[in-house]
Amino acid sequence: MIATHLPLLQTLFPNIDDWGELGQACIDTLLMLGGSLLLTVAIGLPLGVLLFLTGKNQLHAMPKLYGALSLVVNVLRSIPFIILMIVLMPVTYFLVGTKLGIRGAIPPLVIGAAPFFARLVETALREVEHGVIEASQAMGATTWQIVRHVLLPEARASLWAGVTVTAIALVGYTAMGGAIGAGGLGDLAYRYGYLSYKSDYMVVTVLLLIVLVQLLQMLGDRIVTHYSRR
Amino acid sequence: MIRFVDVHKSYRVDGKDVPALEPFNLEIADGEVFGIIGHSGAGKSTLIRLINLLERPSGGRIFIGDTDMAALPDPALRAARQRIGMIFQHFNLLSSQTVSENIAFPMRIAGEKDAQAIRARVDELLQRVGLTAHANKYPSQLSGGQKQRVGIARALANRPSLLLCDEATSALDPQTTASVLDLLAEINRELKLTIVLITHEMDVVRRVCDRVAVLDAGRIVEQGTVADVFLHPTHATTQRFVREALPEEAAGENVPYQNVSGRIMRLSFRGEATWSPTLGRVTRETGIDFNILAGRIDRIKDMPYGQLTLAMQGANVDAALQALRAAGIEVEELAR
Repeated sequence: MIATHLPLLQTLFPNIDDWGELGQACIDTLLMLGGSLLLTVAIGLPLGVLLFLTGKNQLHAMPKLYGALSLVVNVLRSIPFIILMIVLMPVTYFLVGTKLGIRGAIPPLVIGAAPFFARLVETALREVEHGVIEASQAMGATTWQIVRHVLLPEARASLWAGVTVTAIALVGYTAMGGAIGAGGLGDLAYRYGYLSYKSDYMVVTVLLLIVLVQLLQMLGDRIVTHYSRR
Repeated sequence: MIRFVDVHKSYRVDGKDVPALEPFNLEIADGEVFGIIGHSGAGKSTLIRLINLLERPSGGRIFIGDTDMAALPDPALRAARQRIGMIFQHFNLLSSQTVSENIAFPMRIAGEKDAQAIRARVDELLQRVGLTAHANKYPSQLSGGQKQRVGIARALANRPSLLLCDEATSALDPQTTASVLDLLAEINRELKLTIVLITHEMDVVRRVCDRVAVLDAGRIVEQGTVADVFLHPTHATTQRFVREALPEEAAGENVPYQNVSGRIMRLSFRGEATWSPTLGRVTRETGIDFNILAGRIDRIKDMPYGQLTLAMQGANVDAALQALRAAGIEVEELAR
């Protein structure tokens, strides 16, 4: 598709000399996004469930554990992502053996986004009617059964809304990550668009990011609507 | 049988113990429908939750059969709960699951893996509560009465011997309430299931309960068969509940009798006595005269009853009262 429209694109953005590189950057961004989103959900979901269960007046209220988890989540959320990324470099290196590229970007992305997603999960679970939880307790359900068969299915729609918001936040983070060697669209925009004054790169990457965010939001909304049963 | 022995419950609020239920003893027999009536805040929802340990007693012991419920370790308590059905004022159905899935849920919780057995049981329950046509709908597509029927089917899924009803009809309109109560009565009759229900409406108690306890500010102030409590309430709270269940003129409480001549008597007829012409015979035989001031004929569960407030005049009133009593009619003189 790009090939047939190339002449038009070249007239519109004459300063972009390697469309292949741009395509690769798109793929890199999508890989970083996909990988980090998957891990963010894998870590943030159980963390959010734990926050919910140990919270005040909940099934396993544990004020001290809740306080500790809550503090960690708040600290990680209050550090600006770009600083978190730099601070985490040794950790990143230890975890994946590099500080650069897609692999190097994923640990800070996940550590930055998982606490955020965990909070969204906690909020979503709090909206599940208490009576439904009580009814399952009255049936003799275990906590695990309540989480698995009541809380998560009942909160499905808001959980997917949370995934959507997190994915979009991650798009922003990956672009930032580009600036310190993660690659992807943010890297192009920074290196060519900012450092080399090729504003075409800036415009094209921003347009691509807008399209990506739009697509994610539309997809997320669809899933949320599909699961809304209230 | 459910037995409460010296059970009490208090909540800790801001470091202070606030009593919700004063120490009490209570026995509920197998197969009966037992009502607990009280205003909101009287402690009735705490009381019903003590039975399946959703609330832990602060002291005393609760037995279901021979099992001391509060002494059960967690796994045994969960197993015991699987044999106790519960329905709720706000139904508490899973909004993300269909009617069928909601009914199957307790069986899944109990570890039933056989999809065919679940399917068969769900179909049977759907039929019992009359919702076969709605099997694949979601709760949000149902009316309140239908949702409560799903709640009942769900509560019955694991073939419990005890059903707890937490204000099960309070969110329903009068007609739907009647049909849900009929269903509960039918279940009690056909499945020999013990039902404990809490309510703030005497009419619910009158329609389905065998016995009732009246709860007032954390205390059981009156208990007995529904007929006794309903026809001869002694505690002020009970009297208020009974009055609320009756149209004003039938209760005859607010009518001034100062200007009525004769002795004001209230006659209560129970069962077959309701249908026999005793009053006519007695007045003819004793030659007294009477005037009806208030009256009503209705049912308490399956038992017909009548209650008449009369002004009686004549020389032989005492003889007439004796004859009425001899015929099994309860007679009390009302103060003016």
